[in-house]
Amino acid sequence: MLWTRKDLLGLEYLNREEIELILDTASSFKEVSTREIKKVPALRGKTAVNLFYEPSTRTRVSFEVAAKRLSADVINIAAETSSVRKGETLIDTGKNIQALKADIVIIRHNCSGAANMLARALDISVVNAGDGWHEHPTQALLDMLTLQEKLGSIRGLHVTIVGDIAHSRVARSNIWGLTKLGAQVTVCAPEILIPAGIEKMGVNISNNIDQALKNADAVNVLRMQFERDANAAFPEQLEYFKKFGITSERLAKAKKNIIVMHPGPINRGIEVSSEVADGENSVILEQVTNGIAVRMAVLFLVSQGKG
Amino acid sequence: MQIKAKIMDTEAVERAITRIAHEIIEKNKGTEGLCLVGIRNRGVHIASRLAACVKKIENAVVPTGALDITLYRDDLACASGRAVVRKTEIDFDINNKNLVLVDDVLYTGRTIRAALDALSDFGRPRSIQLAVLVDRGHRELPIRADFVGKNIPTACNESVEVRLKESDQVDEVLIAVKE
Repeated sequence: MLWTRKDLLGLEYLNREEIELILDTASSFKEVSTREIKKVPALRGKTAVNLFYEPSTRTRVSFEVAAKRLSADVINIAAETSSVRKGETLIDTGKNIQALKADIVIIRHNCSGAANMLARALDISVVNAGDGWHEHPTQALLDMLTLQEKLGSIRGLHVTIVGDIAHSRVARSNIWGLTKLGAQVTVCAPEILIPAGIEKMGVNISNNIDQALKNADAVNVLRMQFERDANAAFPEQLEYFKKFGITSERLAKAKKNIIVMHPGPINRGIEVSSEVADGENSVILEQVTNGIAVRMAVLFLVSQGKG
Repeated sequence: MQIKAKIMDTEAVERAITRIAHEIIEKNKGTEGLCLVGIRNRGVHIASRLAACVKKIENAVVPTGALDITLYRDDLACASGRAVVRKTEIDFDINNKNLVLVDDVLYTGRTIRAALDALSDFGRPRSIQLAVLVDRGHRELPIRADFVGKNIPTACNESVEVRLKESDQVDEVLIAVKE
């Protein structure tokens, strides 16, 4: 199968074959990062622009490293130091980037749907690096690549996602991707952080982490975003840790080889204990490594899918 | 695609590979510092058969790898260049080795050009030699093979189909006419 889309906006819009093509391609790209010369000429002469309206280190750097390993040129634009401050609209900014003859825009925005809107307005490729509470497709893809490497296949796996489901684009992209590839997904959070209607996405809902861990092959621990809305729901961070934090005691009652994932940055002692984050069930740093391969695959495929 | 003729059968393929294995050993005066790299997909199968032959003849294990050249193609920017990226697996050091690159069919030479570029990202072999099962002519670049299973003169509207047991259940080489 060949890739035909110019953009990657979310996993909701992809079918199973397309998701598997990205994962297979990413799996092939992993080898490039193990070479002494960590570079291939596939995107030589192409320009990728990182357009970030929200603070981000890991995702931006990961995209930058991925683009550079493909020999593309990379330009970073952070909204707070750009003409956005002077009131330029997203679409105007995008059209200017297109007029500079860039080939790919990688966008991170606090509004859900920003990437979709930009993709409609531009002829060049748009890659969603996280938009509001909507989707963060490359994060879910790297989670899935990690699961596939560790457990062989996504089909039939039980994956629990714990944390602020209501405000999580990582959860949403993971749910779309995992269910399309045949996994059973359980979301676990205090009632107030479970969005209404989430069961329509084909997931089980739990308010009890011990129960949600019981049959899980993997648990994806979301970052509690206390800088955003979680304060209102959980005034006491310690209270959250007691009720939902992933600790060694909790893991001892789960499957022995349960995989612990986290999209980072970690709040140690809030959603996960240090012991677990650094323990042998944790694949958190492997996720970071896989992120580069996934983003190389996405940048490569969208530039193939154009025209 | 219409099959015009069968050029090689199972025995012919096997004999050609056995002969090439002997020639590789002869030219390199043994297996010291020798390694094989097959180009995906069918070059990889031929490389591992060559390695098995070399082992039988010299009782020596030659490091064997697989190379995917997709990312080095010169037609990536156009539609014809669209291809699935597969794994490259060269888990040995190629520096100062006598490296034999292996492919099924040598045609325009563009695949070999891409492979040479890819190999230079892995190191600097002492020499790179080229072994192919079939040379069908029509070169577009100054490239030639050191070891050839069979030279098959072809027309441009023909294609050479190499089928190997590992991927196609049968060993044979056919000439087909593009319709």
